[in-house]
Amino acid sequence: MSATIPVLILAIPLFMFIFLGLAGKKMSHLLAGILGTLGMGTVLVLAYYTAFHYFFSGDPAFISEAGERLQYIVFNQTWLQFTDRLVISLGFFLDPISAMMLVVITTISFMVHLYSLGYMRDHHGVFEKGFQRFYAFLSLFSFSMLGLVVATNIFQMYIFWELVGASSYLLIGFYYTKNSAVSASKKAFIVTRFADLGFLIGILVLSFYTGTFDFTSLTSVPVEGMANVYHVDLSTPNAVLGVFQSSAAPMFMGASVLTWALVLIFMGGMGKSAMMPLHIWLPDAMEGPTPVSALIHAATMVVAGVYLVARLFPLYLMEETSLVIVTVVGAITAFYAAMVACAQIDIKRVLAFSTISQIAFMMVSLGVARPEFHEGLGYMASMFHLFTHAMFKALLFLGAGALIHAIGSNDYTAMHGLRKYMPVTHWTFLIGCLAIAGIIPFSGFFSKDEILSACGNYSPLVYVWMSMVAGLTAFYMFRLYYLIFWWKEHKIPEGHHAPHDQAWTMSLPLIILALISCVAGFIPFGKFVSWNGEPYDFMAHFDWGVASISLLVAVLAIILATVMYRKENSLPEKFKNALPALWDWCHHRFYWDELYMFITHKIIFNGICRPLAWFDRHIIDGTMDSFAILTNKASELIRPLQSGQVQMYVWIYIIGALLLGGVTVLCLI
Amino acid sequence: MDYSQFLAMKQEIGLLVVFLLVFLYDTFMPRSTQKGLPAFASIAMLLLTVAGCLGCCLCSCSDVVAFGGMYETSPVISAIKNILNIGVVIVLIQSIKWANGEFMTMRRGEFYELLLVTLFGMYLMISARHFLVFVIGLESASLPLAAMVAFDKNRYESHEAAVKYILTAVFSSAIFMMGLSFVYALAGSLYFENIYGALFVSSTSTMLVIAIAFVIAGIGFKLSLVPFHLWTADVYQGAPTSVTSYLSVISKGATAFAFLVVMAQVFGSLYAQVWEWMLYALIILTITVGNLFAIRQRNMKRFLAFSSISQAGYIMLGVIAYNTLGMAAMMFYILVYIFSNLGAFGVIGAIENASGKVSMDDYRGLYKTNPRLAFTMMLAMFSLAGIPPFAGFFSKFFIFTGALQGASVAIYVLVLIALINTIVSLYYYLLVVKAMFISDDECVIAPFRSSCSERLGMWIALFGIMFLGLLSPVYDSLIDLSSLSSIGMYFIR
Repeated sequence: MSATIPVLILAIPLFMFIFLGLAGKKMSHLLAGILGTLGMGTVLVLAYYTAFHYFFSGDPAFISEAGERLQYIVFNQTWLQFTDRLVISLGFFLDPISAMMLVVITTISFMVHLYSLGYMRDHHGVFEKGFQRFYAFLSLFSFSMLGLVVATNIFQMYIFWELVGASSYLLIGFYYTKNSAVSASKKAFIVTRFADLGFLIGILVLSFYTGTFDFTSLTSVPVEGMANVYHVDLSTPNAVLGVFQSSAAPMFMGASVLTWALVLIFMGGMGKSAMMPLHIWLPDAMEGPTPVSALIHAATMVVAGVYLVARLFPLYLMEETSLVIVTVVGAITAFYAAMVACAQIDIKRVLAFSTISQIAFMMVSLGVARPEFHEGLGYMASMFHLFTHAMFKALLFLGAGALIHAIGSNDYTAMHGLRKYMPVTHWTFLIGCLAIAGIIPFSGFFSKDEILSACGNYSPLVYVWMSMVAGLTAFYMFRLYYLIFWWKEHKIPEGHHAPHDQAWTMSLPLIILALISCVAGFIPFGKFVSWNGEPYDFMAHFDWGVASISLLVAVLAIILATVMYRKENSLPEKFKNALPALWDWCHHRFYWDELYMFITHKIIFNGICRPLAWFDRHIIDGTMDSFAILTNKASELIRPLQSGQVQMYVWIYIIGALLLGGVTVLCLI
Repeated sequence: MDYSQFLAMKQEIGLLVVFLLVFLYDTFMPRSTQKGLPAFASIAMLLLTVAGCLGCCLCSCSDVVAFGGMYETSPVISAIKNILNIGVVIVLIQSIKWANGEFMTMRRGEFYELLLVTLFGMYLMISARHFLVFVIGLESASLPLAAMVAFDKNRYESHEAAVKYILTAVFSSAIFMMGLSFVYALAGSLYFENIYGALFVSSTSTMLVIAIAFVIAGIGFKLSLVPFHLWTADVYQGAPTSVTSYLSVISKGATAFAFLVVMAQVFGSLYAQVWEWMLYALIILTITVGNLFAIRQRNMKRFLAFSSISQAGYIMLGVIAYNTLGMAAMMFYILVYIFSNLGAFGVIGAIENASGKVSMDDYRGLYKTNPRLAFTMMLAMFSLAGIPPFAGFFSKFFIFTGALQGASVAIYVLVLIALINTIVSLYYYLLVVKAMFISDDECVIAPFRSSCSERLGMWIALFGIMFLGLLSPVYDSLIDLSSLSSIGMYFIR
């Protein structure tokens, strides 16, 4: 495969960013938007072509005789060489998951580009201020995210990881005149950056012991008893992980160094993927424009953490502990976020917590994946869910955006009964809800079912727990659905026209994504993605028992939601009054933000920052100031030497010369 | 006598030809064409420089000792002479406007003749391998300068400066001669080689130490090392700006190199024992005192006088380094210093010619009225202060690197002191920038258009400031030259 197309996939968004960023102000809003969208459309075609080529061409570079999908490095340009093997390169890496991510990212990004043409203007068709900037940032984000998924080594991934963080920061703070948006963008940046500190340390630890950043060398390591992970070349430095396998594996504080490295890397993933306790930025990130939430904070960037763990999965397999940590964090987060989502008023927040919960599903699925259970079903399920979730969650967010655009508020209390006015939005949103709730035949059913199967194989406890979360998911989604589209509509004030469906640029992405959500479940995903590249027979592992139970749970939850929220009634009120504490905690997101505020403001600011500031102001600045004062004083002191009299000059001259000689003589003799 | 020895002196002879041409032009050309003399002199000097540089680059001439061992030339020596030539060309170009002024009509030629004679003296100083030649060079580089300093005969300060200069110069020459006579008494010869040989075997005596101290004092006077520097500020202030710029860069650069040659080839064996510590003290004093005085100056020329004192201290780091790297760094430092200082003097001269203002207070708001001049001045100040990416940063960096090769605690301390002084110098260089850019006061200097020659001079200086540091071949070739040089043999600790 030639490098032209892969290079273009990265170069076009980068070029669009630079071009729109520099020249955007000079062109009309519409032109900038259309150029950005066309650029992304081109990338979409190229990425589809690449993925298609990878999966279907049957090229021996991509698929082995035995039908095993191979890792393929399209190009790998050395950028910074430390030692022979420790090299930072920039390259393009193709394997099943990166090809899948190319499809996901370009699809969603293109939809969002198209959608924003309609969304980023008011009801009179006037474009928002900074429209061109918005498209420039979208291009920057797409570039960074594509660069992240095709990274050939962990350091390239880290570079682009930070770039997506930066573009996310820029887009959350797009309405930079709004205080809440500015603080949300700062919060997102700081929290994820804090997590990335762990990531960086993890990378350094890993590369210190293995001497490489390369994913191929890092993951193509024979774990005991499973020698044929990817294409193992036994002559290459498999000593890489021999370091960790030998009985003398380095230990640190009771755990092996590999565990530490993996847990630290996972910390970076927790930050980006909003796992507890580093989830606090994601709900606030909803301050950004809604298309951004759909693209970055639902479909692509937030799954980077999952992608990271999947990318290093063979490494994680070597350390049971690290996978258990992934599972536990995921399971707790999933439940927590689902609980909180039940008690939010802002529809974007509900979706945000739902996103957290669904990403946690993927994490759990990775955490419970073991080659010995159903040949690594969990890994496949996780990637499958990532794929379907990206589609239906983007659909839900874009639908929510349409509602917000029509109503002008994020609260469901301002909506009610919109199904009559906005039929397109209503139907597509309903499909999204059914998909996320896991109703057959929508896509979410298949992927979630496989996750639950994988959990069931691993441990009954995790299975029951995650099924419960799945039930909660169906419940809060339908609560939201009913509150928005049912109930009695608000009276429309005189002189205002009724809310209505949106322009085609906004409807089209909704319809396309809804169609994908309807049929994506039937994609034989296992044929393309599995943990070791071998095609995975999906039906052989399909568990009808698990499927019917999860379906039953979802339906029950939907019925409960219907009873409570179909029409305005007193049931929710009663429920709330029966368990006031639970409502309070859920509504206030279990007071995590307050806890963080307490820790940062009270403990860190007072305990660490203030003394440091004092030290800086008095000791460091004081030293500098006293140097300056001293210099000035000395300057004043020696001033009389320059008297302007030649006699004096000559005196000083001769005294100087004699002293020079005399002192030296005294010292020598 | 073997007349082919004169071939070794081709740079001196070239300079002599330029001198004669200027002299003939001055004497025989009709009065109406006399206004062309400055340009003629500049072009002649430029041709000499280009020829010298080409000769330096093209033919790989080896070291030549001529005239019974009194005269030596080598690629390094040609290189430093070429560096001086470049500086002289810029000075000449910058002086065209001034030299064509009203009161210069009768004496235009004299200025150029005197200047070329002093340059000839500096050539001799650099190439001398016998103290007699050295003293002739030193004196012919000093005495005509007094006349040049007094050139503004309508200005009282100019006379005062000349008198101060000549008095202190004579005194310092006397001290220098005394030192030399001590050396002669000890070694019985004035040939560098013979003295080196004699001192190598003899033990250090009080007389020798005093002799070295006096020699350092005599040359230190020309370099304006503290405490032999007191004439500098008055002379710089009083002299015409073109003379000041010539004094501050060419005279200083030539003497610095000659100083290195003398210290290595004559007293080289006593480096660690005797004069390293003398120089050590002088450098600390020079850098610090120069800076401390510079902080308080409001007159731009006086200010640059003290700045040049402190810069001389940095140049001396290349001598105390006492290795080929230090020598290369010193030559590079001189080259960069020529461009930076002449950039600053170019602006000062242009402003003085147009408005007669030389006080820092008058520079307030210069940015608003003459943005290009202000910008040139700013870059020159940045380069003098050593802010990257301008040439001054690299020259400071290299000279520190050269000094640190010594790798002793004392040298580390010295470099640390020099570094701290860089920060102090940053303060006063930025005072000028602040006055030009930040002050909100009324603008004193009205907008004016500087003449073509002045602008050309500033452009050349700016070019050097911006690119000398970034063009690595310049420094690399200096390193190559100095590592091959015969002076390198003397660098034994």
